[in-house]
Amino acid sequence: MKFGTQIFVLSLFTFAALVAAGFGVDQPFRQHMWVLFFVLLGFVAILIRNTNFEVAAPIDPSAYMDGPIRYGAIATMFWGVVGMLVGVVIALQLAYPDLNIQPWFNFGRLRPLHTSGVVFAFGGNALLCTSLYVVQRTCRARLFGGDLAWFVFWGYQLFIVMAATGYLLGITESREYAEPEWYVDIWLTIVWVAYLILFLGTIFKRKEPHIYVANWFYLSFIVTIAMLHVINNLSMPASFLGSKSYSAFSGVQDALTQWWYGHNAVGFFLTAGFLGMMYYFVPKQANRPVYSYRLSIIHFWAIIFLYIWAGPHHLHYTALPDWAQTLGMVFSIMLWMPSWGGMINGLMTLSGAWDKLRTDPIIRMMVMAIAFYGMSTFEGPMMSIKTVNSLSHYTDWTIGHVHSGALGWVGMISFGAIYFMVPKLWNRERLYSLRLVTWHFWLATLGIVVYAAVMWVSGVMQGLMWREYDEQGFLVYSFAETVAAMHPYYLMRAIGGAMYLSGALIMAWNIAMTILGYQREEEPMPGSVPALQPAE
Amino acid sequence: MGLMDRHALIEKNATLLLVGSLLVVTVGGIVEIAPLFYLDNTIEKVEGMRPYSPLELVGRNIYVREGCYLCHSQMIRPFRDEVERYGHYSLAAESMYDHPFQWGSKRTGPDLARVGDRYSNLWHVEHLTDPRSVVPESIMPSYAFLKDTPIEVEDFSTHLVANRRVGVPYSDDMIARANADLMAQADPNADTSGLEARYPKAKIGDFDGNPQQVTEMDALVAYLQMLGTLVDFKNYDEAAGYR
Repeated sequence: MKFGTQIFVLSLFTFAALVAAGFGVDQPFRQHMWVLFFVLLGFVAILIRNTNFEVAAPIDPSAYMDGPIRYGAIATMFWGVVGMLVGVVIALQLAYPDLNIQPWFNFGRLRPLHTSGVVFAFGGNALLCTSLYVVQRTCRARLFGGDLAWFVFWGYQLFIVMAATGYLLGITESREYAEPEWYVDIWLTIVWVAYLILFLGTIFKRKEPHIYVANWFYLSFIVTIAMLHVINNLSMPASFLGSKSYSAFSGVQDALTQWWYGHNAVGFFLTAGFLGMMYYFVPKQANRPVYSYRLSIIHFWAIIFLYIWAGPHHLHYTALPDWAQTLGMVFSIMLWMPSWGGMINGLMTLSGAWDKLRTDPIIRMMVMAIAFYGMSTFEGPMMSIKTVNSLSHYTDWTIGHVHSGALGWVGMISFGAIYFMVPKLWNRERLYSLRLVTWHFWLATLGIVVYAAVMWVSGVMQGLMWREYDEQGFLVYSFAETVAAMHPYYLMRAIGGAMYLSGALIMAWNIAMTILGYQREEEPMPGSVPALQPAE
Repeated sequence: MGLMDRHALIEKNATLLLVGSLLVVTVGGIVEIAPLFYLDNTIEKVEGMRPYSPLELVGRNIYVREGCYLCHSQMIRPFRDEVERYGHYSLAAESMYDHPFQWGSKRTGPDLARVGDRYSNLWHVEHLTDPRSVVPESIMPSYAFLKDTPIEVEDFSTHLVANRRVGVPYSDDMIARANADLMAQADPNADTSGLEARYPKAKIGDFDGNPQQVTEMDALVAYLQMLGTLVDFKNYDEAAGYR
């Protein structure tokens, strides 16, 4: 490979970054452009080092393109550990505020690093690599567009690095889950359109007449996120050589646009995409067909139609007009049905294979993921009821809810998919160790239970303390007293999170050893090998 | 041919699937969001709202930069305890010039929608420098570095222009005097009559206790001190404002 064009274009961008670092109008922008300069310089150096003038072997057009998927699996694991580690750090900052190191490592700058790290870096890479894995195998076609997949993979990593370093430097739009500033947003748009072309192009050249259900979910996730991202991030930069921009919308309109985006980042990024994962990897690992084909059709159309309406439940009792709040609440409650339809379809796929729960820790992980999906898609509609929300809003209850969905559903189904894919991608007979998967399963599950339960208690307590009156009609607690009451819960929450993180570290070890080609010598899982029966 | 059989068409045509799912996901947004831009009663009629003064806007940008919204809401809900704790419930009109909105979604710390005029400038500076020196239970990080960071402005008018492009009614006069107004608001000895005419109710003074330079601390405190102070609630018609 000669990479002539790539090196030329990248060098131009590297030079542009250097110019911007010199002429930027604000200091964070100049620092950010220095970061970009060195990252791009690194890319150029790697390409030059890998230049090879021998004629490349012809590519077999019928073989699957798994290179970017292998990188994606490793990136998923890496960003997962980083994102969860930052999560534990900020959890500890809430318990021990002296752990804040101003200005770069204050809670306000690290918290977006945690959310973007786990949602977009860990979750995003998991979606990227599984979607490319699934679409090739279910379409029986090689990825479309030659090196386009590499551009999407590296382009997305560049987005992550720019977003993450930007937060630490104080470059943020302060819109939850859409924090990156205008130039990083433009870059993500370019990468995302390339991703859509890559995915859709592969579907177009499929040899299988049917488009498999997992691909419906992946496709709707990609196209809806494109729409949400572009509209929610419309903004006016103060200068094209500066980091600051002002959102195109203001106040109440801005609020609903943001939560239309924010809730559907949950609905399409963290749900539809991962449902695509469920529809491929659960049947594969269980070796059973999807439970109901009809249910999957209803599930798909109902969930994408209803989810988009649910945004206003983040704005109950605010200055958003009542009609919009009520509409959001009604649709959120309706959303319960298709969500559970999907859960039933996933769980019942195991019918006839339930015994595998005993012997296969990967199936166990996937089933636990679907169970948490069911739990949090019940809790969500419940919290969207205005009277419930009046208590839960602004409290830790919301944080607990998010984590039972994120750690339980998104995390566990991604872990299951990675455990499934890695031995196949590297042609290994099996994982390094199944027993370590069991360890991971229990650490993660217990971690979530601790986390969610603690946040329920602290959230409900916080909400009740804020509104408690004594007999004379005075508020009982000052705000500062309610903060002090949170301390033990913040500490226990950090412990729950640390358990989940340690499970992920065990997984990283297990995956690394599998990739390196080791197999741990261990007793097989009890029950997985039939006991010898005496001959009669 | 049953409905499920007809679905096979979509399952065999990627274009249909793409267009169909895109159409289905656009409906909710159009029905819910679009009316907010043209329904007249979305934003209440109030007296007193004005664009942020340059110093307040710098302060607001620092508030945005530091991610304050992650722990502090700026949205008081119409409940007895919240109104008693924080003041009159928030109106949509009060954030009509907020690009972006900063209503927040979590109260690790108290609501700040009406924190203006509640504490002295000195209290704010001490609290931001060492939160636990004034509120022992606080878990807020220290922002002492703001005191040592002078405001970096080459030409702040570009920020006002950007705001005007997205609908904030900054006049040509305001834009022309952006830099001068920015400095004058933090200087008790400056002639501020023009500034006060352009930005009624603007707080003027040396906010951070350091008259030598205008720092980010000046700007952030100026912003905090004006939060929730603009609307005149004596003339507000509650019934007409209900939506």
